Amino acid sequence: MSAVEIRDLTVWFGDGDERTDAVKSATMVVEEGESFGLVGESGSGKSTVLRAITGLVPTWEGTIRVMGQPLGRRRDRTFYKTVQMVFQDPYASLHPRMTVDAVLSEVLGLHGFRDVDARIDKLLRDVGLGPGFRFRYPHQLSGGQRQRVAIARALAPEPRILLLDEPTSALDVSVQAEILNLLTDLRAEHKLTYIMVSHDLGVVGHMCGRVAVMQHGEIVEELGVTDMREMRTRHPYTKHLLESALRSVR
Amino acid sequence: MSMTEPSTLRAWLLAEEPTSRRQARAASLYQGWLTLRGNWLSMIGLAILAFLVLCAIFAPLLATDNPFAQDLANRLKPPGWEGHIFGTDSLGRDIYSRLLYGARISLYIVLLVAMVAPLVGLIIGTIAGYVGGWTDTILMRITDIFLAFPRLVLALAFVAALGAGIENAVLAISLTAWPPYARIARAETLTIRSSDYIAAIRLQGAGPVRIVTRHIWPLCISSLIVRVTLDMAGIILTAAGLGFLGLGAQPPSPEWGAMISEGRKYILDYWWVATIPGLAIFAISLAFNLLGDGLRDVLDPKGGE
Repeated sequence: MSAVEIRDLTVWFGDGDERTDAVKSATMVVEEGESFGLVGESGSGKSTVLRAITGLVPTWEGTIRVMGQPLGRRRDRTFYKTVQMVFQDPYASLHPRMTVDAVLSEVLGLHGFRDVDARIDKLLRDVGLGPGFRFRYPHQLSGGQRQRVAIARALAPEPRILLLDEPTSALDVSVQAEILNLLTDLRAEHKLTYIMVSHDLGVVGHMCGRVAVMQHGEIVEELGVTDMREMRTRHPYTKHLLESALRSVR
Repeated sequence: MSMTEPSTLRAWLLAEEPTSRRQARAASLYQGWLTLRGNWLSMIGLAILAFLVLCAIFAPLLATDNPFAQDLANRLKPPGWEGHIFGTDSLGRDIYSRLLYGARISLYIVLLVAMVAPLVGLIIGTIAGYVGGWTDTILMRITDIFLAFPRLVLALAFVAALGAGIENAVLAISLTAWPPYARIARAETLTIRSSDYIAAIRLQGAGPVRIVTRHIWPLCISSLIVRVTLDMAGIILTAAGLGFLGLGAQPPSPEWGAMISEGRKYILDYWWVATIPGLAIFAISLAFNLLGDGLRDVLDPKGGE
């Protein structure tokens, strides 16, 4: 069974004359346990795909199936227990007035867990934060620590699928590597399925098995990571993207 | 009492790694207090307010005379006359004692308005901002209608309809004071609702009521508190204005605005009758403004660093 299946997904913003299609009939299938990358330049609609899956953008048509279940306009609790998301900017994704403890206990409470204290300790340990971080406010944490808290929040309902919206692009390079390693470890440990959005081909090459390339809201090519490394591309845009990535490394 | 106790309490409050919810909350309050204490103008404001609150509480002990006792033989005596620190008014009542009892009325008005108006504004503003669409349009047009009237005129109309008196004055001031709070709360909500942390809690399955009350209100409340303290002066002046026009507190009541109103007739020959309560209103307004300024620095959620 595929974890996420998207067929002919079109997502738009605005109505009538002002309507712009951010994603145009995109189709992709992500198998369970897979790590799938979505790459493209900014404005190519890759984050919008994630937001449509989670229901944050209600204006979409087409078919989205999660674990075989087709999704409607509304998402229910079981959906949020299956799919979670980590946001791009850890400075914006934590409530400034809530301690780590408050954030995690609220989430655990929403999902009906009883053993909140034990679970918070375990979640913090899982993401590499000690119990000393439990009662801190976001402004007392560094960017990397905040992102770890955000990952702990996403892991709290024990999801099967994690959507990662450029989880490292707002962090320092050294911290980026730590977070990526953490995500790799967590995937192995919890048998998670990842859909990762990134404009950084290096990150995607490190994390993902398969990659879809997006341009102007369309998926122009889908390829394995080995093909990507060896520059075996069919679409000229993919080639262009890879070449510019290589140039920037040199 | 050992000397080490305060320092361990301090260490407990300033701990890098709080170990309980209670400690984390106490620590953040203490940090706020330290910031506020650094602003000496705010501390002056706080001191004046504390002084006024104490005066209001202990008015029966501090007063030298009965504030309602008339002594027509000693009317309009200057400050310092035979134990009347601030002199006597047109009916020979001791102004100092009336001022003390008047502090009770002023603080009563301020507290009631401060509890009603921002709360109404907060509820209407956050609902309008979060729900959006038609709800937003309807609620904000109602707000506009209230804003379009000059405040004192609207309050006058309410008092005229409800009848003169201190409770109705409070109600009228509250009804005219909430629209700005609704506007602020709505504007804050619009920026907050599109933020990632609201999206994150929505993805945990939180409903709109929980999001508005648990996640949006705490962020709006700080700017509303600041706005309330800055508006306090205006509220007191409106209350005094209503008193002055004879629509607020009714005579013998020693409300400060009403006292100025009584002194107006003698302002050229007996300046103190109107000036002393005027100075009291000035002091309380200034104190609230100074405190509000400092609270803004403490409560601003963006300046949490």
